[in-house]
Amino acid sequence: MTNLMDKPVSMLDVPVPAGPAWLEAYRSRARSRFPGFPTLRDEAWRYTNITPILETPFQPAISAARDVSADDVQHVRVPELDSSLLVFVNGRYRADLSDADELGKGVVSLPLHEAVRSHAELLEEHLGTASGEHEDPFTTLNDAMVSDGLFVHVSDGARPDRPIEVLSIATRTAEPVASHPRNLVVVGKEARATVLEHYVTLDDDAVYLNNAVTELIAAPSATVEHYLLERESERAFNISTLAIRQAAESVVHSHTVLLGGRIVRNNVTPVLAGERAHCLINGLYVGHREQHLDNAMRVRHAAPQCESRQYYKGIMNDRSRGVFTGRIVVDKIAQKTDAIQSNRNMLLSDDARVNARPQLEIYADDVRCTHGATTGRVDDEAVFYFMSRGLSEPVARAMLVYAFAAEGFDRMELVPVRRLLAAEMIDKLPMARGLSIEV
Amino acid sequence: MTTTEEVARLSHERREYKYGFVTDIEQEFAPPGLDESTVRFISAKKGEPEWLLEWRLKALAKWQEMEEPTWVFLPYGHPPIDYQALSYYAAPKQSPKSLDEVDPKILETYEKLGIPLSETRALLGIEGGPETPAEARRGVAVDAVFDSVSVKTTFQEELKKAGVIFCSISEAVREHPELVRQYLGSVVPYSDNFFATLNSAVFSDGSFVYVPRGVKCPMELSTYFRINARNTGQFERTLIIADEGAEVSYLEGCTAPMRDENQLHAAVVELVAMKGASIKYSTIQNWYPGDETGKGGIYNFVTKRGICKGDDSRISWTQVETGSAITWKYPSVVLQGDRSKGEFYSVALTNLRQQADTGTKMIHIGRDTKSTIVSKGISAGEGQNTYRGLVQMNKGAHRAHNFTQCDSILIGDKCGAHTFPYVDIRNATATAEHEASTTKLAEDQLFYCTARGISNEDAISLLVNGFCKEVFSELPMEFAVEANKLLAVSLEGSVG
Repeated sequence: MTNLMDKPVSMLDVPVPAGPAWLEAYRSRARSRFPGFPTLRDEAWRYTNITPILETPFQPAISAARDVSADDVQHVRVPELDSSLLVFVNGRYRADLSDADELGKGVVSLPLHEAVRSHAELLEEHLGTASGEHEDPFTTLNDAMVSDGLFVHVSDGARPDRPIEVLSIATRTAEPVASHPRNLVVVGKEARATVLEHYVTLDDDAVYLNNAVTELIAAPSATVEHYLLERESERAFNISTLAIRQAAESVVHSHTVLLGGRIVRNNVTPVLAGERAHCLINGLYVGHREQHLDNAMRVRHAAPQCESRQYYKGIMNDRSRGVFTGRIVVDKIAQKTDAIQSNRNMLLSDDARVNARPQLEIYADDVRCTHGATTGRVDDEAVFYFMSRGLSEPVARAMLVYAFAAEGFDRMELVPVRRLLAAEMIDKLPMARGLSIEV
Repeated sequence: MTTTEEVARLSHERREYKYGFVTDIEQEFAPPGLDESTVRFISAKKGEPEWLLEWRLKALAKWQEMEEPTWVFLPYGHPPIDYQALSYYAAPKQSPKSLDEVDPKILETYEKLGIPLSETRALLGIEGGPETPAEARRGVAVDAVFDSVSVKTTFQEELKKAGVIFCSISEAVREHPELVRQYLGSVVPYSDNFFATLNSAVFSDGSFVYVPRGVKCPMELSTYFRINARNTGQFERTLIIADEGAEVSYLEGCTAPMRDENQLHAAVVELVAMKGASIKYSTIQNWYPGDETGKGGIYNFVTKRGICKGDDSRISWTQVETGSAITWKYPSVVLQGDRSKGEFYSVALTNLRQQADTGTKMIHIGRDTKSTIVSKGISAGEGQNTYRGLVQMNKGAHRAHNFTQCDSILIGDKCGAHTFPYVDIRNATATAEHEASTTKLAEDQLFYCTARGISNEDAISLLVNGFCKEVFSELPMEFAVEANKLLAVSLEGSVG
């Protein structure tokens, strides 16, 4: 890693609102251990060149250049989803646009900057406990800049009556804005929660950076479902890290869909730290034009008898590039691990490119770990089958591509999210507009 | 299957690492250290032409700018290698002209290793099994490399009749300079990587094979590498060229004495297959693995690469890696010709405190090229076994296809098995499939065997053999028998 670039280091010097002493100490520790930004020589970043990010002169989150109305919010949030909504515009919390009512007994859900005042102890106790497991320079950068985001605390046995949606809206600004959202979700014993991170833009040409870190801490027998819907501007940058720590018998489902962004990096790093925990990582990345979508998974089995499932799919068109790195690490202690990882990619253009690195790192002997990775195009025989039943070739191909994409939707529990994604797919996939699809 | 009694007997021999003896002969060394004078010394010793010396010196200059790579995955690490403490040349004092002149002690060494140089019979690896019927043993021509020099190549006359050139690379430089000059470094350039560049500067000997157009090589060719001297590295260089429509099968085996310090083996193998040609390259690597505390053993840092230059050509690598303290190598195929085929079959076993980071690279350039990768990793004891591979489909590789399967088994709870494949696809019509699994030996299968009166050890041996069958079936018959035994012996003691 290099420290030569002045700008990134200056990014660390951007002022953030002063916080309590413990938070200042947390930020300053991060500043001092920041290793510099990764280059292609770093194994973890060898397929993603972040020079365009480093060359952009970012400003800290400022007030929006154009106002965002309640109508705009309605337009971009997940339709028909009855959620508790926290709205951030260009990184700033907007209470006036949010709809974060009480979610029921034992549930706290509020912007992080408020939690710093009202729930300092909980925050101090948990912040950094999940993200410290596998550190990435961008996570450290986020640590150094922690100021706002979402804080959720669900007490033992409690269950919010609605999903919590964090809607990050980006608009065109005079200077590119860099935001470092920080979300902390702590779910108690036998409690449940559903959290949606949703990144959208109102201006397709907006240039900005979202460097988000979400920590998800699941107590014994907790059940958590997490969604990341990334629909950034295609000139924007998004680095999202989901760090998960699971106690015994907890169940976590993570669903990620990458649709927008110029350079996107999606890190998911669960640690199965208690016996019989279960983790599902479900993802889809769909690129076109010059998009670069990079997914880095690291599932660590640190306790016996846990189960993990990874299903990631990519569809790359035009000159886009998809990257998948998935590692399963099984500690010596994690006997009876059952881990599956699957990565499937479809190339729709000769200029598209896919890099897949499915990896296993195993130190326990009584395990069952498999991974598979495939890359190809639409199966000609399947196209032929459809055509023999009277469909035109373009429609047959469009249906097959759509079906490939949609497979993962069924694993999602929120039906409105599935519907939104179906519409997005039809919008983005070539020749899919003619399809009529019901979800 | 190798029975328990047989394993017990063989493993008793292995416990002292049967090949761990030292042959006491008069040897000539280059003084330790590496600079221009070392390279000039080696080149002068071998009476090399000017162009080769220059090539070596270019490599040396490049190497001096390079740093040893560190990306290899070695959970136990390794102590740094002091390149200035090594001697880069060791050779028996008298250089033989014919078999009669080969130092009898060297002949004895090869007899002990089961590699008779007397052209009566040939077999490699572990002996001690029942005598194979003579007719089952096809003639195998052997090039024996003792430390830095080739001491004897057998069956040369017979091969000459078929038009096949099989000799040490030093001899090839003298007798066929035009061929060597044309192909040396054409697949693995002198600047390729740290160890290949070092090899280019100081390579001492190795084998050279040229099979002319349309010739099917009448017998298996084989090289046997033996490290004998202390504090030397072995840097052999092998170059095999199969001209249009030619076919050749080549075997390689290796052993070394048992020593407390680590010894470096940095070889380079280059294969060139012209239009319609086929090269099959098999390795049984049984260098001294060190002891159970990780002391001693060979560092096996080798660059092997073949190019399918012409259309419809084929290169197949088969390796059985059971020795060495550290194995770090990726026999690769560049699939340049249309419809060319690359294959890689590997069994890598790590026991004791051995570490292996091995696999392959398949670079698809031509249309309709195909590659197959089958890798079986076995980790026992405190062994750490890593598969690392690259499948790359370039833009022009229309309809290229790859199939990869890497399976690992773990025996015991102190070892590790790791899989790090890289897939890079730049053509929409190309397809790549990768499958991998890591498990322990199936308990139900073990139970089935033991319920039928097969001892636990034999059952494990049986299952491991079954696990490796796909790879062993690619080996020439005699090798497959040896590989089976080697595996059983290497596994011995790993089962609690």
